[in-house]
Amino acid sequence: MTTEATTIAAAQNAEIAHPDTLAIQTFGFWIYLMSDLIIFATLFATFAVFSRSYAGGPTGKELFDLPYLLGETLFLLCSSFTYGLVMLAVHDGKKKRVLLGLAVTFLLGLGFVSMEILEFHRLIVAGHGPDRSAFLSSFFTLVGTHGTHVTFGLIWMAVMMGQVAVKGLTSPVQSRLLRLSMFWHFLDLIWIGIFSLVYLMGVV
Amino acid sequence: MFGKLSLAAIPYHNLITISAVIGSVILGLVILGLITYYRKWTYLYQEWLTSLDHKKIGIMYIILALVMLLRGFSDAILMRSQQAVAAGGHLGFLTPEHFNQIFSAHGSIMIIFMAMPFLAGLMNIVVPQQIGARDVAFPFLNSVSLWLTAAGAMLIMVSLGVGDFSKAGWSGYTPLTEKAYSPGVGVDYWIWAFQVAGIGSTLTGINFLVTILKMRAPGLTPMRLPLFVWTAFFTSVLIAWAFPVLTVDLALITLDRYLGMHFFTNDLGGNMMMYANLFWTWGHPEVYIVILPAFGVFSEVAATFSGKRLFGYRSLVYATAAITILSFCVWVHHFFTMGAGPNVNIFFGIATMLIAIPTGVKIFNWLFTMYRGRIRFTPPIYWTLGFIVTFSVGGAAGVLMAVPPADYVLHNSLFLIAHFHTMLIPGTLFGFMAGYYYWFPKAMGFRLQEDWGKRAFWCWVIGFYLAFIPLYILGFMGMPRRLQHYVNPAWHPWLLVAALGTAVIGLGLVFLVIQLVVSIRNRQILSDATGDPWDGRTLEWLTSSPPPAYNFPTIPVVADIDAFMDLKEKGIAYQRPEQYRDIEMPKNAPHGLIIGALTFLCGFALIWHIWWLAILAALGLLGTVIARAWDDDLYETIPAAEVQRLEDERYQRLAATQRNLADQQAIPEPVPEG
Amino acid sequence: MNQAPSESIGVSRGSLKSYLTGFVLALILTAIPFALVMRGAWSPAATLAGIIIAGIVQILVHLHYFLHLDTSSAARWNVLALLFTLLIMILFVGGGLWIMSNLNYRMM
Repeated sequence: MTTEATTIAAAQNAEIAHPDTLAIQTFGFWIYLMSDLIIFATLFATFAVFSRSYAGGPTGKELFDLPYLLGETLFLLCSSFTYGLVMLAVHDGKKKRVLLGLAVTFLLGLGFVSMEILEFHRLIVAGHGPDRSAFLSSFFTLVGTHGTHVTFGLIWMAVMMGQVAVKGLTSPVQSRLLRLSMFWHFLDLIWIGIFSLVYLMGVV
Repeated sequence: MFGKLSLAAIPYHNLITISAVIGSVILGLVILGLITYYRKWTYLYQEWLTSLDHKKIGIMYIILALVMLLRGFSDAILMRSQQAVAAGGHLGFLTPEHFNQIFSAHGSIMIIFMAMPFLAGLMNIVVPQQIGARDVAFPFLNSVSLWLTAAGAMLIMVSLGVGDFSKAGWSGYTPLTEKAYSPGVGVDYWIWAFQVAGIGSTLTGINFLVTILKMRAPGLTPMRLPLFVWTAFFTSVLIAWAFPVLTVDLALITLDRYLGMHFFTNDLGGNMMMYANLFWTWGHPEVYIVILPAFGVFSEVAATFSGKRLFGYRSLVYATAAITILSFCVWVHHFFTMGAGPNVNIFFGIATMLIAIPTGVKIFNWLFTMYRGRIRFTPPIYWTLGFIVTFSVGGAAGVLMAVPPADYVLHNSLFLIAHFHTMLIPGTLFGFMAGYYYWFPKAMGFRLQEDWGKRAFWCWVIGFYLAFIPLYILGFMGMPRRLQHYVNPAWHPWLLVAALGTAVIGLGLVFLVIQLVVSIRNRQILSDATGDPWDGRTLEWLTSSPPPAYNFPTIPVVADIDAFMDLKEKGIAYQRPEQYRDIEMPKNAPHGLIIGALTFLCGFALIWHIWWLAILAALGLLGTVIARAWDDDLYETIPAAEVQRLEDERYQRLAATQRNLADQQAIPEPVPEG
Repeated sequence: MNQAPSESIGVSRGSLKSYLTGFVLALILTAIPFALVMRGAWSPAATLAGIIIAGIVQILVHLHYFLHLDTSSAARWNVLALLFTLLIMILFVGGGLWIMSNLNYRMM
């Protein structure tokens, strides 16, 4: 009986309070990320299937530049850390620190995307574009999909800088910053998979 | 300027297509004219197109599904009549190119634009009400899903009159769908229609998953959820975790076609079977995505119209969970013949056979629910009984085909066509028809006319057997699927019977239309003033018909599996609270509609290589999303006084109905024994 | 009942110390596989194993220190969803590779 009584009491409280939208939004976004993870898993599987389909074209060993890759990786890793600092500033309610942190994270992310675009450009100009072999098709698609995600993250971040500047750290803005942080850390996770399975294992 | 698009894209040389196009255009103009004549544009825009109300979104989904059912069925009529005449020396009336487009469109439409919107519509109308919630978790996302699905459907419809549709079947196997073998726009229409609708479906899956996990009324523990909610939950799980694979598979074939990549080509390292592998990795869960909600409908219908609690509730839940997991592990049975070794084939063959076990459990549950029940023979029960018998036949055929050596004989024959139609027509469409009749009064406020419903049922079930039993026999006689013309005279009589069956089903469809018209005309007599026309057992029958925007003036507290029956038995179902409170509901928003329109434009531009328009539409999409994300004023308050007024009206109607009922019951009814 | 709002949604807020710890660990776990490959000191098999182990550990580090995923009751659904995703990934990726390699073996 006590449980029934508690549920009824909870029900009456729920009437007054606003539905817990923050928790629902965060969880919904997490499920979206899981769905996105399946997209990447499928792309990884595709890459694995085509990882030896060079069709007489270049292999990973000939194409990948590991020091360059390390630079890319550090950009993304540092941006993940600075975004963590953004979230700390959000909790402390420090608007300027939030904006500064977002700007630094944005620049680090931009550095990553620029390096990736340059790498793609170099490969395509040298005749090693995605239409050369199934191996290169799957390489460009997997890495490019991650890069596209990062680019959308950057657009989102720019919008959030605008929102923080105009609206301040209101609770909807905080909720969006929290979800962007999940997105950003998630992309870092995917990148660990990419540099380990695509680049490093391709060179070994 | 217009990419590949020119006036030559309009198929005015093909009499059948162009008359269908002209017919659709005239019908469309008539509808638009009527809306303008009755000055309903503002109403339509404010109350429907921009609505975030889950019930209205559900109704729009079902309208879309019914329209697409008519379109898909027209394709079926064309195929069956072609095969009925194109034997021996007769070539029939369809060219091979046209015939190929028709069977491709038939499959694509029935799965993606009939079954998917129908189940999304039923879930939208029913799930929030069954869990005692006022809306779904993400009302705006819901509107985006609807309009993305509609955008995909529009792309398929436009392909009828501008250019052509894919000739490569609904599953779009490579390398046939590669640029080298299908250089036209048909495959691109197919790709973008699927991609857009698929993304809409993924969002629906995420939305309902979160709704069911996080928005339940107090006391509604998982093991008290109505079975339809459980099946909606597992369908959402399947959608959220399987649809991304389709997204990727379509994206890869898009990259092959647009950027000259080599995933599935014959040259430069591509592997066409990787396409089939990914397609069915999504495709098999998809079968259960469309079937599970129908299982949920049958469970609700069997319990309500037998006047009994569902037999073996827990076993039904566990069986649904088992089907969900197993359906992720069986996809190779769609391509046993591709040349993989016996280890692979036997693993997936056995996994396929295993699915028959939880499905069999369910069949017994429904039978035992009805056993010794006091069954009211309404159309939903007719559909349920028709389903149980027919589906068991199809299931047996499925277990047969799950044996790889048998599949080598039956693969790509009409036996396969007969098998999956025996699964999907009773397993999905009959269920949706039962749900359509069962929840129609809840959504619209009046019941559907019963007699026409029963007539439609008999036409459907008799027509179904006439149309598909011959295909089993033809399969054994060696007739392959997708034949525009054949020379074997022994097949001809069976195909005539199948064509006759299609005509009988067509009559059933006509009866459904008549039923709708008759019901709308008699809506006063058929009106449902109580909100509980069937003596229902679950929470959706607690609300009025149609429910107010907020569904429940106060959130109900649940203490039993059949929550509403429990409240009725305790005599507290219609107890009014001391006072009503203000209720916050999401405001309507036009962004979903705009996103749908821009996506259609973007898809159309990509199909015809009109790059500037594609870029403009994509930028518009980005702008719309940002504009929506900037908006913080998302809720509006329904004041307590307004809630009080609406509820007063409702209770007056309830009281009036109860007086009428009391008058009728004054005439003594014979009491059944037992 | 009186949790901070961020805790009740399954994402605890972390602290400067935890972010720093995570960052340093991630740097080390990135350096290890790069060093293994670039210096080529180990046999290929051992290098591969090293890359995979460092990758998995780094993913766990990110999940713990950056995404704050733990076994608290608020994060339970998130963890459950992630585990389910892993199961499906194993089925899809493992199944797909098995099917395609088997096909290649028989067809080539």
